[in-house]
Amino acid sequence: MTQAFRIDNGGLVNREKKLSFKFNGKSYFGYEGDTLASALLANGVHLVGRSFKYHRPRGFFGAGVDEPYAIVQLYRNGETEPNIKATEQELFEGLEAKSVNCWPSVNFDIGAINNFLKIFLPAGFYYKTFMWPKSFWYRIYEPFIRKAAGLGVASTKHDNERYEHKYEYCDLLIAGSGPSGLASAYAAAKNGAKVILAEDKPRFGGSLLTSDVNIGNQSGKDWAEGLITELKTMPNVVVKNRSQIFGYYDHNMLVMSEKVSDHLPETKKYHPNKRLWYIRAKEVLISSGSIERPIVFGNNDTPGVMLSSAAKEYLKVYGVLVGKKPLVFTNNDSGYETAIEFKKHGVDPIVLDTRKNPESEIIDEAKNLGINIKNSYVVVAAQGYKKVKSADIASISEDKKKLGKIENIQCDCICVSGFWTPTIHLASQSGNKTKFKEEIDAFIPGQSKQNETTLGAASGIFSLEETLKTAFTAGSEISKKITKKDNEVAIPNVVEKQSSQHDKFWCVPLPKGKNYKRFLDFQNDVAVSDVEIALREGYRSIEHVKRYTTLGMATDQGKTSNLNGLQLVSEIENKVVPAVGHTTFRPPYTPVSIGAIVGREVGKHSKPTRKSPMHEWHKKNSAVFVDAGVWLRPRYYKRGNENLFEASKREAKNVRTNVGVCDVTTLGKIDVKGPDAAELLNRVYTNAWLKLPVGKARYGVMLREDGIVMDDGTTTRISENHYHMTTTTAQAANVLSHLEYYLQLVWPELNVNVVSTTEQWAGAAIAGPKSRDLLQKLFPNSDVSNEGLPFMGYLEGDLFGVKARIFRISFSGELAYEVNVESDYGNFMWEKIMEFGEEFNIQPYGTEALSTLRIEMGHVAGSELDGRTIPYDNALEGLVSKKKDFIGKRSLKRSAFTAEDRQRIVGVVPLDKKTSIPEGSHLVKDYKAPLPNPKLGHISASCWSVEYDNPFSLAILKDGKNMVGQKLFAMSPLKNKVIPVEIVSSHYVDPKGERVRS
Amino acid sequence: MLYINCPHCGMRSQNEFSYGGDASVKRPELNKEVSDQEWDDFVYNRKSLRGKHLELWQHISGCRQWIKVERDTATHEIFRTFKADEEVA
Ligand SMILES: [Zn+2]
Repeated sequence: MTQAFRIDNGGLVNREKKLSFKFNGKSYFGYEGDTLASALLANGVHLVGRSFKYHRPRGFFGAGVDEPYAIVQLYRNGETEPNIKATEQELFEGLEAKSVNCWPSVNFDIGAINNFLKIFLPAGFYYKTFMWPKSFWYRIYEPFIRKAAGLGVASTKHDNERYEHKYEYCDLLIAGSGPSGLASAYAAAKNGAKVILAEDKPRFGGSLLTSDVNIGNQSGKDWAEGLITELKTMPNVVVKNRSQIFGYYDHNMLVMSEKVSDHLPETKKYHPNKRLWYIRAKEVLISSGSIERPIVFGNNDTPGVMLSSAAKEYLKVYGVLVGKKPLVFTNNDSGYETAIEFKKHGVDPIVLDTRKNPESEIIDEAKNLGINIKNSYVVVAAQGYKKVKSADIASISEDKKKLGKIENIQCDCICVSGFWTPTIHLASQSGNKTKFKEEIDAFIPGQSKQNETTLGAASGIFSLEETLKTAFTAGSEISKKITKKDNEVAIPNVVEKQSSQHDKFWCVPLPKGKNYKRFLDFQNDVAVSDVEIALREGYRSIEHVKRYTTLGMATDQGKTSNLNGLQLVSEIENKVVPAVGHTTFRPPYTPVSIGAIVGREVGKHSKPTRKSPMHEWHKKNSAVFVDAGVWLRPRYYKRGNENLFEASKREAKNVRTNVGVCDVTTLGKIDVKGPDAAELLNRVYTNAWLKLPVGKARYGVMLREDGIVMDDGTTTRISENHYHMTTTTAQAANVLSHLEYYLQLVWPELNVNVVSTTEQWAGAAIAGPKSRDLLQKLFPNSDVSNEGLPFMGYLEGDLFGVKARIFRISFSGELAYEVNVESDYGNFMWEKIMEFGEEFNIQPYGTEALSTLRIEMGHVAGSELDGRTIPYDNALEGLVSKKKDFIGKRSLKRSAFTAEDRQRIVGVVPLDKKTSIPEGSHLVKDYKAPLPNPKLGHISASCWSVEYDNPFSLAILKDGKNMVGQKLFAMSPLKNKVIPVEIVSSHYVDPKGERVRS
Repeated sequence: MLYINCPHCGMRSQNEFSYGGDASVKRPELNKEVSDQEWDDFVYNRKSLRGKHLELWQHISGCRQWIKVERDTATHEIFRTFKADEEVA
């Protein structure tokens, strides 16, 4: 198949390398260096999709990031990605793409019926049409909108591509490699500054690739190539193509998305698909250029209507003619440049210029080439449905209000130029309050907000000579401040054709009796009439008009539509454009793939996984793990076909009857050292700490200043000025910060140091009536008798040559000990415990059995210390000192905290002694009471009591103190259960606590 | 992302820090009788002002020091940073 619209020579594509690709199932070929858009156009394909609302046929409008139409679903290497701009997607061998937003096919689209119903889909249609009747919403409106709306389809498969994040620092970050970007980068690099130059396209050079200019006696394109080649050799310069700086954040942090592999058939091994760069720049130079804006006329969305600059780019970069009978419609000299290119390649264009008598070097050149030029002429409407077939044109009066006689002329494309809009997005994102520049009818950056400088066309300078002069100077001056070097760079001489003043004209009036749609926003199908309706209905603020009409809200963020929308509002409102003001630009400048944003933090990499030194042993012994914060802990050790319930019951029972061992390495551990350590503990914990002797442990509760329990744990006095504090697994980091806060800010006079030692110690809890016998075997040289090591005692022992800390503390409520050794010996310790425990029928137990044991003992844990309870609620008021002051004490006097019927922990048993109560169930007096049924409390934790062999739960219950013996209902709407229950004491087993002291 | 000058470590990105609230709040001394109003002001009541604000940050993934940061809450401009024990003039 031949490429009917590819010229024989010219363009920057590699004609040696043909690439085949498929679009909507049909095979084509293009060349290396093509985009999907240029390759389709080379094959004469203009119809690429359907519009968002009316499903009108859509073609190509631009040639890059500003493209509002040509959005495709891409298939690459077994994966699919939606919403790819065909104008940005580089062609690769085997590329496959499909149109979006059309069904069953782009040529015959059912949704196009909306086009004939468009009277029912005016501005604000989402708000109005679908409001009534309510029942229609679910059955008719919502399914309709869902089918009609949306662009591509996201893949439901796991994304196998890899995305990387990179952090970088530089002196100057330069966004855009057009003339101003290149010049400033070169000048700054010569001064030794660390420069990053980013270009979103594959090729460097920006407008120099397509403009007919000379710099330093070379063509603009050659000059750019020379400069880039030199910049790439400089060690202080990073040059990146395919890299879009899309966000300008606080403190000169910019984010750039680098397409590493999108242009390849598949991602190379060890390469990411995309790389997201977080760049902290001392100075930012914005050389993002400008985007041509359309002139609005009837049916201006017909495929074949496109920006004149895009037509020129397709020709000069890709060697592709967008048409063979082009009509150029312009209000400035840029249209002539496109016409001249057509003419040079043997195609005869017709130029319609809205101006009466423009004169310039460019126009002279066009005249000399014999180009047919019609002055004071406009395109009234494009004709043709799936492709431009002809144009209705007419002369226009000097006041631009009256059209002359309408003629129809044949053409196959209409190239529009309504002058240029500086790309001010990044400056605006940085906080720069932009200002309106009358001479160019557009906004430009105002006073810099952060360390940002906008150069060239982005700052409204359209002359190349001035652009280069200011950019070289800015590059030198700004880098000089940083590097203190001043290496002069000669500014090359420039040959460019002078152009004449553009015409402010932007919208062609409707001819009498015609009601053509004149589109402002091509992606969201917002027409002139929609904005008129919004204003008629009383919307005034441009932000409101935007949201009501969805003007500029599509994925292209109105790159081609914003200014014309403002022009329209200002005309109707009889205000000047700056008074209307533009809507705020927010990052991202262009859509960024979610994969790039997430980076490598997916699946198991989304958070770190911490494992205890005994992890491998647990794995080998069929542990089933559970996530406990970032820790992996054994939940139970599976024997045969046991399930969680059976295994945890067996493990808990074995603790109550023999001895069990549990990995408690995950508990937070903090070393508290210094002469004032006791004083700190005394202020942090609710109970008294000044008289704790060396070699003793104490249980403590700490509060926040608002009186709520923050954490609990035991702290042991290792030596005179050295304490070993333990925290819950979940609160370890918060408790350390809490202690540091008070030591550094509130009581700096205390001479204490705190440091986390969680990772330094491996811990094993040995619990059960036979634990002392086992301990004696493990530490034959230590006196571990009830006298030698009483409850809450502490010893240092020798575990077969390894130094160990032995704490007699208990979470299970049984006679129990906790042994700590340095982490590296954790596995050694564990294996010794298992080896010597064999004769006592030892079994390891996991977190499920651990919970069972503590729940039936009425020991509180995270589910009770949930950030909403005070000590009294947890039956811990005995630990609250009346004598001394401590953090949060004053708050306990608050009236709600001292109320007679204050909530309090209780035990809950189902009346049938069989039905387990789901955690989170509400306790109510009458389950049939009308809603809202007053909630008296909630179930905080549930277990199967191994002591009594029936379900048992803990609950936080209003007036819990006086509720023991009451019968209530536990209701779980989630589990659809209502369970009659009796309230009992929270200390269900061994209420006097005799076992721990035995 | 803010760029915060830790007085101990130098310029560091915001994601190394955690926010600690208004630095001008003074905890009432221990063992001192305080009225409900005074206590509420200390625990709960904050001005949440727009503009220059002296606030606490902890360099949690760095030196773990609590520092004071003078920041504009509207523009995020950071004017000065101080060590915990430094007097703010
Ligand atoms: Zn620091």
